[in-house]
Amino acid sequence: MKFTEEHEWLREEDGEMVVGITIHAAEQLGDVVFVELPEVGTTVSKDDEIVVIESVKAASDILAPVDGEITEVNETLVDNPGKVNDDPQGEAWFFKMTVSDPSQLEELMDEATYQKFIA
Amino acid sequence: MSDDLRTPLYDLHVELGAKMVPFAGYAMPVQYPMGVMGEHNHTRDAAGLFDVSHMGQVILSGASWDAVAQAFETLVPQDVLGLGDGRQRYGFFTNDAGGIEDDLMFARRGDDLLVVVNAACKGADIARMKVALAPAVTVTELADRALVAVQGPGAEAAVAALDARAADMRFMDVADLTLDGVDVWASRSGYTGEDGYEISVPATQAEALVRTLLAQDGVAPIGLGARDSLRLEAGLCLYGHDIDTTTTPAEGALMWAVQKVRRPGGDRAGGFPGADKALETPARKRVGLLPEGRAPMREGVAIYDSETATDPVGHVTSGGFGPTVGGPVAMGYVNVEHAETGTPLWGEVRGKRMPVQVAAMPFVPANFKR
Repeated sequence: MKFTEEHEWLREEDGEMVVGITIHAAEQLGDVVFVELPEVGTTVSKDDEIVVIESVKAASDILAPVDGEITEVNETLVDNPGKVNDDPQGEAWFFKMTVSDPSQLEELMDEATYQKFIA
Repeated sequence: MSDDLRTPLYDLHVELGAKMVPFAGYAMPVQYPMGVMGEHNHTRDAAGLFDVSHMGQVILSGASWDAVAQAFETLVPQDVLGLGDGRQRYGFFTNDAGGIEDDLMFARRGDDLLVVVNAACKGADIARMKVALAPAVTVTELADRALVAVQGPGAEAAVAALDARAADMRFMDVADLTLDGVDVWASRSGYTGEDGYEISVPATQAEALVRTLLAQDGVAPIGLGARDSLRLEAGLCLYGHDIDTTTTPAEGALMWAVQKVRRPGGDRAGGFPGADKALETPARKRVGLLPEGRAPMREGVAIYDSETATDPVGHVTSGGFGPTVGGPVAMGYVNVEHAETGTPLWGEVRGKRMPVQVAAMPFVPANFKR
């Protein structure tokens, strides 16, 4: 698993990246009550705001971690946003995407580096 | 945060695992480990304990109750003179433009008036009262008292277990109680829409009392986060957001808190700042707003009367997710022609117009002991 400074995780699956937010991020957000997902097929650039997530406290954005195209979104989060708190690094992935520039993945953190980043 | 003032319960909040945030110059608990949603639901289901010691508690005293009440009526559009001993009312200070300088609770304790004001306004409020009322009325801030609220369907059992007289109090009664050996001033009121008490206690005894209250069945500590979602569902105003110096009581839909005797035609009509403007039929009005989708409409969201209109007809002043409602709830100001319950409107969230309906408040039925 790779991590961004925006507290997202990326896991490779069948040549695509599955993206979600970290346990740390979910804890900081508090109870998630609303998730708005991008359309499948959207071409995104790194740092585009592509997911809106609202907790009882505030609204925040999830940024595209790399350039690519959205291939699948986790619709179950729309009806059950609380999943993001229950299982942020498992079932509550947000979207899957292709990666157009694999070199961007090299800039991401591994788990140990991320743990130091949030410490 | 190091510059922030601390309430007498600061150390206990930290011990209970609270996340402390700066609020109105104080370090206050925004949530405990239970979390905002859990704390909200716990208050509606059982009982929540809130530290509201940052609020200002002020005693007004004078030659007689009539002297104190008549003096206070020069600052607020409420019927103070007619307040029975041991009773409390909601009110507000107005300014010369008819706007609201602060909202407050006032209670009659014998010949004295106990006034509880918002933390952010208390310096200005105390100065205002001193300038307007001295020397006939003495204005004393009770900086040596803490204030805690116990709210929820379990509040009566929790407080009455320590002093059975608590159960005899009705909504908006005030009384002296002795809770586990501590003499307190209690009122049957709150800011959640639930039954409950607000308890003024000497600062030195506050922590011990709160530990005793937290040891009662079903009582858990609740932070500012849940306090906000509870009051929003109850349709209650947050000063500085839903009402402020630019909103009149009439615009704020607070005419219910202006008794007949102080309205035009009443025996003691006028006589408070901005009396000619404060109660005028308004062009805009505070209303409840129920978004139809799941997206919360937060403070600042512009409200339109169609999906394409260019000019807004209002805006949201408080909004978020209502855990008891199970969806987003909001309140805000709209032009009076759009203020009728059921009026379909649009709120613009992140550049997208989403349907929202004018709704009656409270969003959750009040649970007071009348």
